[in-house]
Amino acid sequence: MAGLTIDLNLYADEATLIDALLSGDKHACACMVRQHGSQMYAVALRIMGDPDEAEDVVQDAFISACGKVASFEGRSKLSTWLYRITTNAALMRLRKRRDDTVSLDEPQIGEEGELLPRQLGDWEIDPGRQALSSELRQVMEEAVESLPPALRAAFVLRDIQGLSTQEAAEALDISETALKVRLHRARLALRERLAGYLTGHPQEMAP
Amino acid sequence: MNTHDHDHGDCRQLLKDLSDYIDGDLDETLCVEIERHMNDCDNCRVVVDTLRKTVSLYHDLPATPMPAEVEERLFRCLDLEAFVGAER
Repeated sequence: MAGLTIDLNLYADEATLIDALLSGDKHACACMVRQHGSQMYAVALRIMGDPDEAEDVVQDAFISACGKVASFEGRSKLSTWLYRITTNAALMRLRKRRDDTVSLDEPQIGEEGELLPRQLGDWEIDPGRQALSSELRQVMEEAVESLPPALRAAFVLRDIQGLSTQEAAEALDISETALKVRLHRARLALRERLAGYLTGHPQEMAP
Repeated sequence: MNTHDHDHGDCRQLLKDLSDYIDGDLDETLCVEIERHMNDCDNCRVVVDTLRKTVSLYHDLPATPMPAEVEERLFRCLDLEAFVGAER
């Protein structure tokens, strides 16, 4: 049975919500979770590629956010600050998952030649006009998971979540130039992966 | 299979600017150069087209909403049990 209700309209603006969070208002905390939880879960799921790990990331992130709301300086949107905390939590978990010493901070694609397009056939698909088949969605999700974490995080924030270049750069604590480089590398790598499936492969309308 | 080694300097130059081009963040002069190059280079035209389609496809990828039980456990771990089950 439902307990207290969550009134998302109680706080006139973000500043009012932050003030309430600082005073330890539990309703404000519930509002923050209700307003931003799904977006943070979506990012965590895309970066981790696993629902259980995504849940752990979101719990880590909101525990951290609620504990250090005093450090939120209001220079960015609350959502950008939460994206930053969530992305950090996800990348931290990926670091723990890996038993090698490869840094996750920098893209692992080094040679310029690796970025050169190899797949040069046309795609018989018209994005925006047809629903994605479940098979194509799976190919797309696996392609994202195959990206190095630093590229994956940049792509997820900018191209899947739809953050601006400035917001995505703030969330990753990198310059906008660095964000654009990572995003471009991610897109080129994904294009190659999808080309393996889409070149000369007409897409049926999804049922 | 159709392959392209992009030995041509113009192709390499084009490649690094492609994301800015499809995002509309590129200087107009460079856009004109790219479009002129694409008229003569079918491979680069395909790369631009499929890169744009790549971005569009991911833009259309539906988000997986946070399941209700995940939100419930999140509320509990934040000591917000009183709000568990509150109307969405």
